[in-house]
Amino acid sequence: MKILVIAEQRQGKWNNSSFETLVAAQQIASAGSATVSALVIGKGVAVLAGELASKNVAEVLLVEHDLLDAYTPDGYCAALKQVIESAKPDLVLFPHTYQVRDFAPKLAAMLGKGMVGDCVGFRSEGGKLIFVRQMFQGKTAADVTFTGAVPWFVSFQSGAFRADQLAAHPNGKAPVNAVSVNVNAADIRTKPLELFKEAKSAVDLTQAPLIVAIGRGIKAPENIAQAEAVAKAMGAELAASRPICDEGWLPMERQIGSSGQTVAPKLYLALGISGAIQHVVGMKGARTIVAVNKDQNAPIFEIADYGIVADIFEIMPALTEELQKAKG
Amino acid sequence: MNILVCIKQVPAKDAPLAIAGNWIKESDIGFEMNEPDSYALEEALRLKEKHGGEVIALSLGPERVKQTIKEALAKGADRGIHIADDNFAQLDPLGTAKVIAAAIAGQKVDLVLTGLQSDDHGFGQTGVLLAALLNLPHATLIMQIDVQDGKMKLKRELEAGWFQWIECPLPAVLTIQSGINKVRYATLKGIMAAKKKEIAALTREALGVTVEPTQKIEKIYVPTKTKKTEFLTGTPKEAAAKLVEKLKFEARVI
Repeated sequence: MKILVIAEQRQGKWNNSSFETLVAAQQIASAGSATVSALVIGKGVAVLAGELASKNVAEVLLVEHDLLDAYTPDGYCAALKQVIESAKPDLVLFPHTYQVRDFAPKLAAMLGKGMVGDCVGFRSEGGKLIFVRQMFQGKTAADVTFTGAVPWFVSFQSGAFRADQLAAHPNGKAPVNAVSVNVNAADIRTKPLELFKEAKSAVDLTQAPLIVAIGRGIKAPENIAQAEAVAKAMGAELAASRPICDEGWLPMERQIGSSGQTVAPKLYLALGISGAIQHVVGMKGARTIVAVNKDQNAPIFEIADYGIVADIFEIMPALTEELQKAKG
Repeated sequence: MNILVCIKQVPAKDAPLAIAGNWIKESDIGFEMNEPDSYALEEALRLKEKHGGEVIALSLGPERVKQTIKEALAKGADRGIHIADDNFAQLDPLGTAKVIAAAIAGQKVDLVLTGLQSDDHGFGQTGVLLAALLNLPHATLIMQIDVQDGKMKLKRELEAGWFQWIECPLPAVLTIQSGINKVRYATLKGIMAAKKKEIAALTREALGVTVEPTQKIEKIYVPTKTKKTEFLTGTPKEAAAKLVEKLKFEARVI
């Protein structure tokens, strides 16, 4: 079996989940007999190809073209379709990034294939590969298999594999092979313009050692003061899951999750947060996770060290009081 | 500007899920409009208010999804399309997109909108696949749409607080990021008006679409825990006191 990992870079900088996906590829390869190749696409990215070649891969494919300098779904799909048709991998793996969500399903469809996206793991049972992904906002897991002919397309969720387990190349470096592709300007229908960040955020949650985060369970903006009181008593920063920021109850800069900030504090206290995948990827690296939720089946409890199954409106004032007592 | 919005109906957020094979038992639970799709609908309604044209609400699924189409009509969509399919849960992302694309191909639309992903399957592929199948340009995770001179300037969300402006011609397919707007409620007048609006009925067979699955969900199950959670019990006061104790002396984080 041939596995091809499509690594992701933007403006010459890696998206680090690329390396997690490379680890997934190495683990799939060791579960069966397979070779792993890695691919980097862009313009002027030979240095990055060299970096990939130092990892335990059979070869690195370097796909460069003037029209691939800035990412476009049309450009990437046109180029990668040609590479996949010539390299003939059985399994094409991607990190499940926003960019991959933007083009990989189309790439697979252009080849008449399907993609199993946002996987959190895999199993090999009797030579059959089973991919595990989440459904119903993380309330259930699903075992998914491919039914059609290869190549199969799979993306792995950020944090599903650990980049620090990446194996280096056993004897130096893998060969880097440049693959030439035809891309026509006329085929690229969207025009990428400038990249920007919104007004610089005043709080840097990534540096906060203690975080108190609220989710839908807070119900109304006037209830946020109760969570603020807990945060204040603890000396923690207040954060939230996406719906709270979408509602405008807290500024976007306080949002934790795939579209917000990724944090790894000493303590993460989740109040009324169900634990949907998009939130969990942003905080599962916390050293200690505490969840308070009235639904004992909420997925947040799967990653919590301590849990309280209760109404947050009963716990918040009690906790504030106990914290003040402990400090005083 | 004619806009077609793809809307899924999903189990209500607080619905207790009973697993049945690779799907859930549908009896005894409530269903609602997929929240990410409600942002796409709202954006379509706002674009129509600005640029004219009509908004078409399309949904694939069993009879029950008509309720969600009616909700879209009550909010201001002009007409609905229901692709009746009791077996929708067994379609893979490509199969779902093929059926919907066939229905869209028969419409005169300038823009197709979808939500970011569904809260049930969560494939997050439909919009991008529709673009591929309909041979239209696309962009995903859109936070702002400005239409001028027959093309769009779009604000696309990237990761970690980054955004990008992109230009995209029309017609096109966009997937809308949740939070792009504030979703309206249906008014009583809207609900009354919706009763007179048309919902066209289609089927996979009538559309002449044959789907060959590329993947199969073998089973779904409650995920195995990766961490051992210590549950703290008692009255709120007792549980809070236990938690502070644990955080101070066991985890030593406060």
